[in-house]
Amino acid sequence: MTAPARGGRGRVSSAWRKRLEIAFFVTPALALFALFVVWPIVTAVQLSVFRWKGFGPLTDFVGLRNYVTVLGDDVFVDSVVHNLIIVGGSIALQLPLGLALALLLNRRMWGQGLLRTIIFVPYVLAEVIAGVVWFQLLQPEYGVLDGLLGAVGLQAPEQGWLGDPDLALLTVLVVLTWKYLGLAVILFLAGLQGVPEELYEAAQLDGASWWQTQRKISVPLLGPTMRTWAFLSMIGSLQLFDMVWILTGGGPANSTTTMATYLINQGTRSQNFGIAGAASVILFVIALVMAVLYQQLVLSRDTRPDVVTVRRSRKKVTR
Amino acid sequence: MSAPTARDAGREPVRRRRRAGGGQPLVYAIALVVVALTLGPVLYGVLGGFRTNAQIAQDPSGLPSPWVLDNYTGVLTSASFWQYALNSAVIAGLTTAVTVVFGVMAAYPLARYRFKGREALFMVFVVGLLFPATVAIVPLFILITQNLQLGNTWLGVALPQAAFALPVTVVILRPFLAAIPQELEEAAQLDGTSRIGFFWRILLPLSGPGMVTVGVLAFVGSWNAYLLPLLLLQSDMKTLPLGVADFSSEHSADTAGVFAFTTLAMIPALVFFLAMQKRIVNGLQGAVKG
Repeated sequence: MTAPARGGRGRVSSAWRKRLEIAFFVTPALALFALFVVWPIVTAVQLSVFRWKGFGPLTDFVGLRNYVTVLGDDVFVDSVVHNLIIVGGSIALQLPLGLALALLLNRRMWGQGLLRTIIFVPYVLAEVIAGVVWFQLLQPEYGVLDGLLGAVGLQAPEQGWLGDPDLALLTVLVVLTWKYLGLAVILFLAGLQGVPEELYEAAQLDGASWWQTQRKISVPLLGPTMRTWAFLSMIGSLQLFDMVWILTGGGPANSTTTMATYLINQGTRSQNFGIAGAASVILFVIALVMAVLYQQLVLSRDTRPDVVTVRRSRKKVTR
Repeated sequence: MSAPTARDAGREPVRRRRRAGGGQPLVYAIALVVVALTLGPVLYGVLGGFRTNAQIAQDPSGLPSPWVLDNYTGVLTSASFWQYALNSAVIAGLTTAVTVVFGVMAAYPLARYRFKGREALFMVFVVGLLFPATVAIVPLFILITQNLQLGNTWLGVALPQAAFALPVTVVILRPFLAAIPQELEEAAQLDGTSRIGFFWRILLPLSGPGMVTVGVLAFVGSWNAYLLPLLLLQSDMKTLPLGVADFSSEHSADTAGVFAFTTLAMIPALVFFLAMQKRIVNGLQGAVKG
């Protein structure tokens, strides 16, 4: 839409000038992106077909053998399952809780602003810092949680919440819910701001109850926000590292390993860079497949404004 | 209740919704439970820092009695705590500066120039949103330590963090820059301003709020980061999250000390968050809206 006619200047030179300007503006970002994002990912693919211990040239080509090793490793397969449990569990816990809280907090009430701030506090803390606090709270002997449970006559698990292989992953999931619920609530509240007031007024005139209003108006209109939130949550859950590393280190007995802790262990502790590369590529493929499927099956329903603008502007360009 | 008059029509929806809601005490009760669950662990950590280990062992859920300051003064007088805080601040500052400058530069042509391949270029950044950073982490570690020799440096952490923050920055800033009225650009052109002049003199000042939003997101992300600093930084170069994790594993028996260290490490993030809350929320909304 920039005016093409610019005084008496030659067309050709102005076109070149424009190209130079574009290059000038875009190059720094693209260079940084290429060097620190694209190149490492390409390298991960390359490493995945070599046996390499971190020094010397890449000579020991092993084809797909690293992939066979990784996929045949029970620890890795378990880590994939753990990631999928975290993906599903995060959505299953945070979606209903976040929705309920957002609907409640959307009502006018005393201290509303303060409440919204408070609920967002855990999200702002570093995952590591939140993890260290929870690690202390969950300690079997002097941890406050067991103390509180004891006070109401409940028996805490003998090996501790993080020491019992059957409970550890669930415990991590609960801590993650504590950490990230605020994000869901804030985003849903933001989505609710976009619901036109007239809809509520119309429902009111029709004599709808609060519950009916929420079910028929708020929740359906929050659909796009919820679907986008779930997408973000999914991508985040697939990359889970910090919280697990702090709370359990992947243990006990690998019961909480994730793909990220697996590949960090392989890449930095055991110096198996080929194995780490293969695990990275598998993580990437899983993330990509899930993202594409989600986009196709779920997000495509939404006529999101940005999608519309992209389509519109694309038409403009081809015209 | 009296019928609504024109005078208070503006406030009417508020009152209606409240009436329709009913059960206010229940709402407040739920809100209290949520506040307790949300703040409980944080407050427990803060209070734990004021206790002694003996107090904690004796009564894990009690209040400090007497209150002791030793844990906090111990952390505040340790050189490493301040060193970690400095490292965190510098790295987060560098990350933010690079992200915002490069991000707004890249977003400008993507928003306001018409050229072939513009949408394809934009898609590069959109797809970048999908790249899990962990996928690249091991090669990134090799690149930075071996090829670039930036292993134990501020820049070695800040540059890749900026690179990974760029996609969301560009995706948020592009519609923001595109929304600046066309008339302004045309007026500037009539006055003889070049496109670069327009960028400097008009676009940048007008896009302050957008840049603050993406800057805050980049800063918080960098400040809280763990994995990349964990791989790249040692000893004196460590950031606060690394310091917290180290302190917690090295002094695992000193619960009160761990609480004090953790609490003090939380404060900068919390203060920053309270100051920037609106921006963070706006930024996240922007990210969700695409």
